[in-house]
Amino acid sequence: MRKQEEGSRAVAEAVALCRPQVISAYPISPQTHIVEHLSDMVRTGEIDPCEYLMVESEFAAMSAAIGASAAGSRAYTATASQGLLYMVEALYNASGLGLPIVMTVANRAIGAPINIWNDHSDSMSQRDSGWIQLYAETNQEALDMHIQAFRIAEQVSLPVMVCMDGFILTHAYEEVDIPDQAQVDSFLPPFEARQLLDPADPVTIGAMVGPEAFFEVKYLAHAKQMQAMDLIPEVAGGFASVFGRESGGLLRCYRTDDAETIVVALGSVLGTIEEAIDELREQGVRIGAVSLKSFRPFPLAEVREALGHAKRVVVLEKTLAVGIGGVASANVRTALSGIQLNGYTVIAGLGGRSITKESLLRLFEAAGRDELKPLNFLDLKTDIVDRELARVHASGPSGPHEENILRDIGVVAAEAH
Amino acid sequence: MFQIRIHGRGGQGVVTAAELLSIAAFEEGQHAHAFPTFGSERTGAPVTSFCRIDQSPIRSREPISAPDALIVQDPTLLHQVDLFAGLGDDGYVLINSTRSFGDLGLEEFARRFRPERLLTVPATDIAREHLGRPLPNTVLLGGFSSLSGAVSIDSVAKAIRAKFKGSVADANVVAAEKAHEYVQRERTELAAHA
Amino acid sequence: MPDPPEQEVKLYQAGTFVVGNRLLDPDERSVQARTERSNTLTSGHRACQGCGEALGARYTLDAAMRATDGQLVATNATGCLEVFSTPYPESSWQLPWIHSLFGNAPAVASGVAAALRAQGREEVRVIGQGGDGGTLDIGFACLSGMFERNDDVLFVCYDNEAYMNTGVQRSSATPPAARTSNTKPLGGQPGNVFGKGKNAPLIAMAHEIPYVATATVAELRDLEAKVERAMQIRGARYLHVFVPCPLGWGSASHDTIRLARLVKETGLFPVFEAEDGEVTGVSKIRRRVPVEEYLKLQKRYAHLFGDPPNTKVIAQIQARADRNIRNFGLLPEDGEGADLPGEAGDIAGASPGAPDPVEEAEGETNLMRLLASTPPGPQ
Repeated sequence: MRKQEEGSRAVAEAVALCRPQVISAYPISPQTHIVEHLSDMVRTGEIDPCEYLMVESEFAAMSAAIGASAAGSRAYTATASQGLLYMVEALYNASGLGLPIVMTVANRAIGAPINIWNDHSDSMSQRDSGWIQLYAETNQEALDMHIQAFRIAEQVSLPVMVCMDGFILTHAYEEVDIPDQAQVDSFLPPFEARQLLDPADPVTIGAMVGPEAFFEVKYLAHAKQMQAMDLIPEVAGGFASVFGRESGGLLRCYRTDDAETIVVALGSVLGTIEEAIDELREQGVRIGAVSLKSFRPFPLAEVREALGHAKRVVVLEKTLAVGIGGVASANVRTALSGIQLNGYTVIAGLGGRSITKESLLRLFEAAGRDELKPLNFLDLKTDIVDRELARVHASGPSGPHEENILRDIGVVAAEAH
Repeated sequence: MFQIRIHGRGGQGVVTAAELLSIAAFEEGQHAHAFPTFGSERTGAPVTSFCRIDQSPIRSREPISAPDALIVQDPTLLHQVDLFAGLGDDGYVLINSTRSFGDLGLEEFARRFRPERLLTVPATDIAREHLGRPLPNTVLLGGFSSLSGAVSIDSVAKAIRAKFKGSVADANVVAAEKAHEYVQRERTELAAHA
Repeated sequence: MPDPPEQEVKLYQAGTFVVGNRLLDPDERSVQARTERSNTLTSGHRACQGCGEALGARYTLDAAMRATDGQLVATNATGCLEVFSTPYPESSWQLPWIHSLFGNAPAVASGVAAALRAQGREEVRVIGQGGDGGTLDIGFACLSGMFERNDDVLFVCYDNEAYMNTGVQRSSATPPAARTSNTKPLGGQPGNVFGKGKNAPLIAMAHEIPYVATATVAELRDLEAKVERAMQIRGARYLHVFVPCPLGWGSASHDTIRLARLVKETGLFPVFEAEDGEVTGVSKIRRRVPVEEYLKLQKRYAHLFGDPPNTKVIAQIQARADRNIRNFGLLPEDGEGADLPGEAGDIAGASPGAPDPVEEAEGETNLMRLLASTPPGPQ
């Protein structure tokens, strides 16, 4: 059914359709509306049978999901940013134990400084946790991906996180098509646990594995993600046949066939990127974009195929690996190993800073002239940082940068924030 | 594409206003996108919300920097925040106020624009009368539908009923319609004097 | 000839409920005495000789399995119990068992309970377990959350008063003056500081959960009874079991049960039950002993018994025992077996003018009275 509603609500409805039996929830901006809607649906019996656990932390949220999944119930939770970090130990535990938990990550920056707005530093920081990571471009895709995620997770026995941009998607009202229960049931069969805590057939889960066997167990987790590489497009294909639309998969190419410049990015920014690309195409510029949907497993072969023919690749990412630069770009570079082309990393949108079409046009034009540096920072206020760096250099240790910047620019102005 | 930017303070329903607008557009078979920017504080802080309406699917995710229309829910923001940034010469402005543009100190500013597209409406008063609360958002949408024609008053009513229930929905619809009439009258008067 | 006066015969063996007691009704015998016991924690695990935790866990789980007809799932925190019982590829557990992390055993248990409820399988019960570190420190938030939600979980803490598996570092359960790897008697400090402590059973009671109890591995039938009682109740339940650790405490492996008995008989570890936040029963001290008898069996307190002994600290420890006795009413009302041997002031050797901790306890000391007292009645 077509509706105009908030992204969080659409995701909650999709999760509900997947018949989770245990939802553990700890609130954090900007995921709160998701867990609130789910709470309502459990109370009214829309999701039944389902136990909704209001846990005392994100660490507990993931831990409860681990227990529930091991006990044979389809389990779900959601978080963002600081909350994701708080459950890191449990993330590794869930993937190491091969439990098919699905979690929404409402992408948000990680502090300090504390910031509630969107970027990808949270999910990117967990790219090695063993979880499958999918990135949604729109709210439609976000809700679709959750349905696909349960199927992928349960088939390959790995947990899946569905990443959607906080506020930009979670709090955006847009048109979505919510599937009906019969469709979802036909696509997603009931959960059959691969390992189960059952008195009728007791097993020990979580033993201590020594050097003689750990390596093999860990390798198998990687092997499963490689299996997922095949499974993800298969599930997306199956989804398209049942629900009638393209959603998910490993990546999506936009006007890349004859492109000389290809922009690579993840999530909702692709919308603005496409608008910029269309404008440049009108001017005859041969430019296209690749939207990465599956970041883990990382589709090396598909990325290589999509980008290999270009003259230059611009990876625009909402993550900064402090001390080196880009994260996604490093993975893209791996895919392009051996291929000669100009690669540019653009860090953008950190802490929710808007990425505008205007800025992108300037950026892409500069890229086209190969005037970009290897590492670029879109719309960074360089004058402010230069002055702060100069001050530190001149006067030695000088307190928090935030304080100094305020002194530098004068009284706090009532500008847009 | 038609881009509306709504300004107000936390607690005045600025975010809901954009959402309702998007639902109204959806009801008319258009594509619409509504989203906010806000801080994590609750009431009182300046809040801006956005709504894009278009016949084709909307892809842009950036805040609206070149609005076609502005709705100002709280006039105390007028000389504090640069509300009018990016507004085109053909832009629509609807301000929640009992005073005129001139009395608000905006006469100079208003000269750039088309006078029949700049209006004020006493939305808070209308809201108090019909809702019993000074919550002007739905009222302003009713006025806005007349001012800009971006969505019809019927669609605004449908949107209100989609989000609110029972007597609350009824009251909001009535209030919106009142503002719609008010703005109709204003526009007719302006046209007569033009 | 008149009939001889009737004598009340107290069967001492029956009174202690020792394992395998043929004088008891079958129902009252220990689970361990039955051939059909589950052996939930079966032999072959790697615990140290004399491990109190292994003993406690075996009794607890077999009792829980009996009480639930074997319909039981266990979650386990990281720690000695988990490490010595599941060295891949072997496992000592004969029930469905999951180890997730150090700090989340209560939360994992909550998740398992929720799943079973959602599946309509509430006849399967959940038991969570961990040591004092995993329960009182790193797992405390999860424990409190489980209590607050009243999740249907029995959580058992095996308290050996330090982080044993990682090399005997102190935990919030480490008692004052005890030596651990990071609370050595160095630099003028005799072991762990005299802090306020973290009384987990009282904190559990503050959550007003349906059932809280403490037990030791000296009274195994009592431990079993408490597990059985707990499994009759739905909702959050907490059992705090005192389990000596020969390696960590520097005690003889054959002293494990003795130490558990002494910790109760000194008053240092009150043994009681509580429901909905109120104490419902106290296990009285049978023969009170001064704390030295307990302390001197453990090398972790050896620094208190040098030449000269640290009578000040010992007195402080004695004062804590006395306070427990007062607060929980640990001595029998009729004064039987109540008093400490020796004269007032003798034991602690308190300095003149300082408050005499012994005098704070009930009644005068009287060695003769102690020796002449009749054997204690049944618990």
